[in-house]
Amino acid sequence: MELLLDSLFNGVAIGSVLLVAALGLAIVFGLMGVINLAHGELMMLGAYTTYVTQLIFKLPILKPFYNSYIIVSIFLAFIVSGVVGILLEKTIIRKLYGSPLETLLATWGVSLILQQFVRSVPLAYGTGLVISLLIGLFLPTIFPSKIRESINYKYFKFSSWIFAALTGVLTGSVISSSVSKLSRASARNVDVTAPSWMRGQVEIIGTAFPKTRLMIIVITIISVIAITLFLNQSAWGMRIRAVTQNRQMSDCLGISTEKVDIITFGIGSGLAGVAGVAVSLLGSVGPNVGGNYIVGCFMVVVLGGVGNLLGTVLASFGIGIMTDLIGAGRLLSIWPDMPLPLSNTINFFATTSMARVMIFALIVIFLQFKPTGLFPQKGRMVEN
Amino acid sequence: MRISRRILAGLATASLAVTATSCGGGGTSGNFDDTVTVGILHSLSGTMAISESTLVDTEKMAIEEINAAGGVNVGGKSYKIEYIVEDGASDWPTFAEKSKKLIDQDGVPVVFGGWTSASRKAMLPVYESKDAFLYYPIQYEAQECSNNIFYTGATPNQQSEPATDFMYKRSPAAGGDFFLVGSDYVFPRTSNTITKAQVKQLGGKVVGEDYLPLGNTEVAPIISKIKKALPNGGIIINTLNGDQNVAFFKQIQDAGITPSSGYYVMNYSIAEEEISTIGPEFLEGHYGAWNYMMSIDTPASKKFAKSFKKRWGADRVVADPQESAYNMVYLWKQAVEDAGTFDDNAVREALVGQKFDAPQGPVEVMPNHHLSQTVRIGEINAEGGFTILEETGVVLPQAWNQKHPSSKGFACDWTDPSKGEKYRL
Repeated sequence: MELLLDSLFNGVAIGSVLLVAALGLAIVFGLMGVINLAHGELMMLGAYTTYVTQLIFKLPILKPFYNSYIIVSIFLAFIVSGVVGILLEKTIIRKLYGSPLETLLATWGVSLILQQFVRSVPLAYGTGLVISLLIGLFLPTIFPSKIRESINYKYFKFSSWIFAALTGVLTGSVISSSVSKLSRASARNVDVTAPSWMRGQVEIIGTAFPKTRLMIIVITIISVIAITLFLNQSAWGMRIRAVTQNRQMSDCLGISTEKVDIITFGIGSGLAGVAGVAVSLLGSVGPNVGGNYIVGCFMVVVLGGVGNLLGTVLASFGIGIMTDLIGAGRLLSIWPDMPLPLSNTINFFATTSMARVMIFALIVIFLQFKPTGLFPQKGRMVEN
Repeated sequence: MRISRRILAGLATASLAVTATSCGGGGTSGNFDDTVTVGILHSLSGTMAISESTLVDTEKMAIEEINAAGGVNVGGKSYKIEYIVEDGASDWPTFAEKSKKLIDQDGVPVVFGGWTSASRKAMLPVYESKDAFLYYPIQYEAQECSNNIFYTGATPNQQSEPATDFMYKRSPAAGGDFFLVGSDYVFPRTSNTITKAQVKQLGGKVVGEDYLPLGNTEVAPIISKIKKALPNGGIIINTLNGDQNVAFFKQIQDAGITPSSGYYVMNYSIAEEEISTIGPEFLEGHYGAWNYMMSIDTPASKKFAKSFKKRWGADRVVADPQESAYNMVYLWKQAVEDAGTFDDNAVREALVGQKFDAPQGPVEVMPNHHLSQTVRIGEINAEGGFTILEETGVVLPQAWNQKHPSSKGFACDWTDPSKGEKYRL
């Protein structure tokens, strides 16, 4: 019983990291059909947001609230990655809908740019830039349309971008003068330290579980529930699903597909940011952190069936449980007296490297029989 | 592509011509009779840049120190040392290519360079075919002995063997079982083969080993294996690389694998620089083994740390790889002065037997082109340094490890033509 519980927990823990990382991609790739190779770098931005938030919460004014910085950074990471994602959509991806190869190359280029950006720009000014983008993109939209129409909209937009740039520079220099660690550019990996209430373990039914893992599972569950509710219950969710199923028809019926694209891509990118927070709790934060996860993300989405959230959920937990079952050699402890050749084979694959080989092989075999994944769905991908 | 390459080559030669003339000009002025240009070849970009750039800094400092003290004196003439820094770009074929460039185009008498074993293996054929000389400063898995490479880092018997001995006999987990964790490439696998043989000799037991593919940070399966294999604590030997250590230590601490619950980790790739990156709060109470530690309390060690901080900034630290890099520049200078020429063959002969008062204590070049060194075992403290627990005497290097099944009974001696790279003892 204890063994089963332990194995199940480990599988769910590994799976939830995969799931939270792949969730954003499941929306962007699954619903919109955009192959976004910069997804890993959007995660990286989320991880760096956690790091910056942590340092800012160490300032004397915010010190009393230090323990809650991780909760705050989840929301901030969603906003930061979401804003960068929206910018990406508006400037690059919008022009490339329907040409997957070009999208792939362009987003790969973006991922390289983002990696180099965090290496060579001081994080304080990076934060300033994101704040400018945030204000520049959203300031014009929060005023009621009456005010917007009364003045020439071009001037209105222009002046709000100037305001945004000034605010960005100001916050950048304030942060860089108050937090010295953020004032210099560095290619060095940085570290997020979980607040004390999140370190150590809790005992549930006689078994000890690490708290950070539980936290990641909680973040994952909340994200999945929130996104499911959004897609199935809200008006915008319905429009997104409509556009996914038939773009031309939705357009004819008066749905602004442009807005739907921006919202879908923004949410997908924002979820990548949330994944970044989760990932920063497990390892170090560096320019390459996203690259380590991107292959796993695509694997989960393809295995689950493009365009289906339930498939993504099942695929990631499936891979997680398999990783633990094979990698930790669990089968041997479940069935100790199996025949020798079998136990030798299992022992051979019971290392992290070989378990990976085994899982990839199993996925390849699975996709031979079901090339469209666990839950194939009709959508824009099928139309083309 | 072809055209741009040609243009690049043209640009390179042009810039070289400029440096060459400026070198000549600089050499005749001042107190020097002439100049000599050496090559420095480390990664200044890519994943290894963070580590390797510290070596470039140290080598530059050593050269500046030598120049300030009158340069190199060869045949009654004083030479100022100039250097050409090339970027290996964390890409192993580039290391070979740049080595060719330094030897053929720039005609340097010596190249100081390399960090990863992969880069060394890529450079080795270049130096052997051109009969040039590479000085390599990193602790490595040994099982190699080239006439054209001089190794100033530790061999396994100068790091992992004394460390395993300490863990099994004198650490708080003495007599406990071993679990081996490493990144999946040549150094951890060779090092662990040696450790397994040694643990068997000592009468201990290795209850498990696992390797994490480079770039992978999911250590949950390894943690459950450790907990299963060592339910009541024990010894973990860690040869993980770079930032995989961060994931490993963060997650084992959360899983309750800590010194206070009886698990002690001995690390072979974590020096002062890495401690500050990972965070001392995750590492406190675990161990490390090196030849040089910044906390060595001798005038030579303090002077080394002080001049490095003075040259490159007060927040910088010095660690074992940097000390090796520092030593090799001085040893080259001594060998050249003894040989009375920059000629490779004469310098190689003069090099064996050179002694130097290094920051770690006295070192001496052995006939197998490795250094005799002191080994230190340290406990990582809350300040991010090592508390030195014990210190061996001078340990002679074994290019061919005597515990590894494939090299047992072999040695290397380049001073005796009948022995050479690998002979039976």
